[in-house]
Amino acid sequence: MALTRASARAGPEMPLEVQIEKKLPEFTLDVAFTAGDEPLSVLGPSGSGKSMLLRCIAGLERANRGRVALGGRTLFDSSEGIRVPARERRVGMLFQHFALFPHMTVGENIAFGLAELSANEQQRRVAAVLERTHITGLEGRYPRQISGGEQQRAALARALAIDPEAILLDEPLSALDTHLRSQMEAQLQETFAAYRGPALLVTHNIEEAYRLAEKMLVLSRGRVAAFGARDEIFRRPPSLEVARLTGCKNFSGARTVSPGIVDALDWGCRLRVDHEMTKLASHVGIRAHELQLTETGGAIPAENEFPCWLVRSSPTPFRVTVYLSLRGPGPEEKGAASFDLQAELTKEKWRHICDRPMPWHVRLPPESIFLLPG
Amino acid sequence: MPLLVLLSYAAPRVPVDWSPLRISVETSIAATIVTFFAGLAAAAWRQGRRGPATAIVDGICLLPLVLPPTVVGFFLLLLFGRNGPLGKILLSLGASIVFSWPATVIAAAVVAFPLMYLSSRAALEQVDLRFLEAARTLGASEWRVFHAVALPLAWPGVLAGTILSFARALGEFGATLMLAGNIPGKTATIPIAIYFAVESDDMRHAIAWCLADVAISLVLLGGVYYGTHARVRAGRP
Repeated sequence: MALTRASARAGPEMPLEVQIEKKLPEFTLDVAFTAGDEPLSVLGPSGSGKSMLLRCIAGLERANRGRVALGGRTLFDSSEGIRVPARERRVGMLFQHFALFPHMTVGENIAFGLAELSANEQQRRVAAVLERTHITGLEGRYPRQISGGEQQRAALARALAIDPEAILLDEPLSALDTHLRSQMEAQLQETFAAYRGPALLVTHNIEEAYRLAEKMLVLSRGRVAAFGARDEIFRRPPSLEVARLTGCKNFSGARTVSPGIVDALDWGCRLRVDHEMTKLASHVGIRAHELQLTETGGAIPAENEFPCWLVRSSPTPFRVTVYLSLRGPGPEEKGAASFDLQAELTKEKWRHICDRPMPWHVRLPPESIFLLPG
Repeated sequence: MPLLVLLSYAAPRVPVDWSPLRISVETSIAATIVTFFAGLAAAAWRQGRRGPATAIVDGICLLPLVLPPTVVGFFLLLLFGRNGPLGKILLSLGASIVFSWPATVIAAAVVAFPLMYLSSRAALEQVDLRFLEAARTLGASEWRVFHAVALPLAWPGVLAGTILSFARALGEFGATLMLAGNIPGKTATIPIAIYFAVESDDMRHAIAWCLADVAISLVLLGGVYYGTHARVRAGRP
């Protein structure tokens, strides 16, 4: 590949700079962000434009407007009429269903992007990436002769072999069985750790997005709903939408009473909150696992602690989700769907509490409540 | 019993003239080679394109399939004849196509072309776009994407189109007669030779050539069968 890595211009440039607009049938993808030499997960529901974003960066789709720069090279610039074709972008793309060439062996697949190197150099590079992805020995097999996880590794090896300046992964784990996912997640973590350059991971799975990258971009209907450090986004979602997209289950409309005190309108209770900026808040929210459940309250009710009644419960393999009403007992009177809060308990805690008489007490720790602008 | 009757007709009293067999095979092979590349090129050009231009190209490419071969032959005659646009150019170069062996190839190739075009277009459209996109991100030129990825994946359909084209070229009659005529030993292919043999009541030759045609067809079908089953045995897609 006779490509020159254009020398970086003056100024602290991020390795990957993206600012694009692309009209889609349902909405316009309008995204701007930069990525450093570290993984960035792009989280969004299906149809939010995440895959399209990757395809625009890889050069498989043409954006209507904007600019994409990678490692100091301009890959796309609508105002200057620059559009580097996909084959010259040196971007390693991992497709959702791997897209391994079925008529080539694993080795031939990996060597496909190395056509301009000598046979010896090709062999050396293929062996190196096989080792990195732990599939040494499979180079003579055809894709259909290996398992889904091995296909995934082979596809990753093929993308890494070209020594890409960025890697783009489109829902890399969604095509795998559950038991393979954690293995592949470990592989991806290992790959990210060794890789020097921007790595974008597109997923609709909140946990994957969280575990695989410390930086996160949340997409919703083509717009950036949040962008930054993942912990910050999870701790203080900037909007109701982001709170929802990052898995928050409990929301209520809110009205500020005084600094640090809000009325949760849907829950019918007054809450003390840790934030100073209560003025702009139209909603409050709290994550299901942050709720603290006790069988009886103290003699003096603790702060933000309220009596609650169990509406129904739903077990998952290791936890139990309980649906609680803050306004009186029983589903009989209110209908089964009427609950105020959704809490997650460990099985142990559940066993401990499930036979106790109601009302139980639920506490909403002030530091866990987030205030959301409308 | 009918076979014996046929064989008695074919029994050599004077040697049978086998030139139509040779001409037919040579013509079909040449026409198939021309059609293979032309049809594949057109199909490759067409791939991933939309819009009015493709509709026009589609129409022109498929015309020979829809029109009666005599009409195709008549158009070719107008094109390559003494006063036709291509005929004039050739004449200025000292060549004349009409009523010569190349005319049989042109007629057969034009008539077989739509089959090659349709089959390979369908086969190329079946190839999953992600393979082509993956190849592009791996630095492959469009030519390499085509010959190293798209073509191998579309190969069964392309091969089927090639065989269909050969079969069509072998059976070509109307356009060939219009453009190349019936010159024994030069342009008389099997179908044309049979027609004129029957017309002049030469049943012996007619039957000999019919049997030759049947033999070629059987070999062709055997080849197709072996080809597809060899692929299955090798476990290729």
